[in-house]
Amino acid sequence: MAKDSRRVIPIKLERPSSLSGEEQAAVLRACADGKEQPGALLPILHAVQEAIGFVPADAVSLIAQQLNLSRAEVHGVVTFYHYFRTRRGGKHVVHLCRAEACQSVGAVALERHAKRSLGVDFHGTTADGTVTLEPVYCLGNCALGPALMIDEQLQGRVSPEHFDELMQSLRAGAR
Amino acid sequence: MSAFKIYVSRDAAARSVGADATANAIAAEAARRGLQIELIRNGSRGLLWLEPLVELEVAGRRHAYGPVQPRDAASLLEALHAAGDRVPEHPLAHGPTEEIPYLKRQQRLTFARVGITDPRSLEDYLAHDGYRGLRAALALTPAQIVEQVTASGLRGRGGAAFPAGIKWKTVLGAPGLQKYIVCNADEGDSGTFSDRMVMEGDPFVLIEGMTVAGLATGADRGYIYLRWEYPDARLALEAAIRAAYAAGYLGENVQGSGRRFDLEVRMGAGAYICGEETSLLESLEGKRGQVRFKPPLPALAGLFGKPTVINNVITFASVPIILDRGADFYKNFGMGRSRGTLPLQLAGNVKHGGLIEVAFGMTLREILYDYGGGTLSGRPIRAVQVGGPLGAYMPESQFDTPLDYEAFAGIKAMLGHGGIVVFDDTADMAAQARYAMEFCAIESCGKCTPCRIGSTRGVEVIDRLVSGENAAAQEVLLRDLCETMTYGSLCALGGLTPYPVISCLNHFAEDFVKTKSAQASA
Repeated sequence: MAKDSRRVIPIKLERPSSLSGEEQAAVLRACADGKEQPGALLPILHAVQEAIGFVPADAVSLIAQQLNLSRAEVHGVVTFYHYFRTRRGGKHVVHLCRAEACQSVGAVALERHAKRSLGVDFHGTTADGTVTLEPVYCLGNCALGPALMIDEQLQGRVSPEHFDELMQSLRAGAR
Repeated sequence: MSAFKIYVSRDAAARSVGADATANAIAAEAARRGLQIELIRNGSRGLLWLEPLVELEVAGRRHAYGPVQPRDAASLLEALHAAGDRVPEHPLAHGPTEEIPYLKRQQRLTFARVGITDPRSLEDYLAHDGYRGLRAALALTPAQIVEQVTASGLRGRGGAAFPAGIKWKTVLGAPGLQKYIVCNADEGDSGTFSDRMVMEGDPFVLIEGMTVAGLATGADRGYIYLRWEYPDARLALEAAIRAAYAAGYLGENVQGSGRRFDLEVRMGAGAYICGEETSLLESLEGKRGQVRFKPPLPALAGLFGKPTVINNVITFASVPIILDRGADFYKNFGMGRSRGTLPLQLAGNVKHGGLIEVAFGMTLREILYDYGGGTLSGRPIRAVQVGGPLGAYMPESQFDTPLDYEAFAGIKAMLGHGGIVVFDDTADMAAQARYAMEFCAIESCGKCTPCRIGSTRGVEVIDRLVSGENAAAQEVLLRDLCETMTYGSLCALGGLTPYPVISCLNHFAEDFVKTKSAQASA
């Protein structure tokens, strides 16, 4: 009995990381560059998302290890903020404003049009992988709504027709 | 003949409607004609319905043309070429920019340089009275600087309107070697863009204001917490910070004073709640943006537990002119306990949307009609939401309310950050009430129950109320829920979400009694 209770239970090794060598290097670089600053986690997550396009689950454990945090703490932060993605998105991300100022000039209709014409709901990516559609609550373009942002380019006075043109140019660029 | 000076804004709003393409077309057309021009990408004048606005400088005076599309570049430069020393005539001309009534009637203190200077040029900033506030501050003791800010009557422009001088005094008096200055640039309220316009159009004024705050309180490190939705502001701030370091306005020895002040930009990640000061501090510390209990006040135990001044962009940006021109100069604008000016942002369904900096005291009606010119759709104005998604919806009968913190509070509305969103008579106010609850559910940090769960229940109750399912009882339930949220929430998100809901219910009750579904926004 006594002998049995002292039996060493081997620590289960974590499954191998699904990160590619390049991705792993990017995460480690983001941690190395950022971890000396106070309150480092958000800048590091931004750097990871910028490098990889999203924050993969296996990056979470790596970041946690590098910052001496628990995985739960890092996971909690990643999932708290709308901007951080946990899955790979399309080639471009379109953030469509849902806030009141844009609503007053037709954002609700634009949202319906966008979802129908792209064939996706919010957070979804088009079948061809070009566009991920995300909601956003104010882009600060409230006098020139409805507004949206394609990657980091703000657009104003977006009618459904203008939306289609913008999407068309994204698809043309993606080819 | 020297080069013609041509100004095209680089503001994100101007770029959103094609300012880059217009600027490129002008440059290309000038090259084609062999016309010598100097193209300056300035901040926006705030006449947003005229963007892309092009200004041509003739005999030292700037003349406005807008909105100028790329196809208009040829005719505009033709007019410029033909005019010689006279003002070029063109169908899109609006006369001298400063004489446009929308701009002429304003009192621009905080926005004095926005749209005038090149935001990337420190020389331009200095040539337009820049860093005079810092110079004045360097001749004062910390207590004297705080005294100036207190005497000016400046109140926090983020929405809560807490007197800035009192906050600064608390931090000055707080013990501790390490203190921080934090700028809340998480401008999340719908209908507001004044922070963005300052940061993009005159970033040095924010840097100067924060540096003065550092001198006043003994803080040597500052952070600007900027929302990710403002990538242009980030570029402008980072360029300005680099220039300020290079010229000795930031760093270990600010203008030879022996005082240190370091400043950096930190990006948010899309959480409305991080505009709440304690949640912002959590986020800056690298955590989930959950609201903290108060006390302790951030002024005593703020960022990393140290005494911290946390103010909005416009608050800091108003400090340099107070130090430069004196507290009395600033205080002489305004009414009652609301002193100075407020940069209002006129937005939504409005003909002439833009930035309007005026002294407190003007009525909502003057702003909506004299400046705004009514709705964009040409239909009657039905409701106006002031103060962002947590502000009340105001009906026509309240349009004579003066723009003053206390006057708004008196009718259970709020002035907040000065955003005014206009709705025409096609608006479904029950849908707006539902959206307010939905927004709260999406953005709640989850710490306290009235906000986290109350908002979801609120959406459900409004749906049942609108569908006519035992409507009288649902209304009692909704009002009761709103009372619980108002008095039981930890911060303003849960506490003020009832404002838009109850105001819709009180002023637009007819929208809640109909058969058609209010789920248009779902």
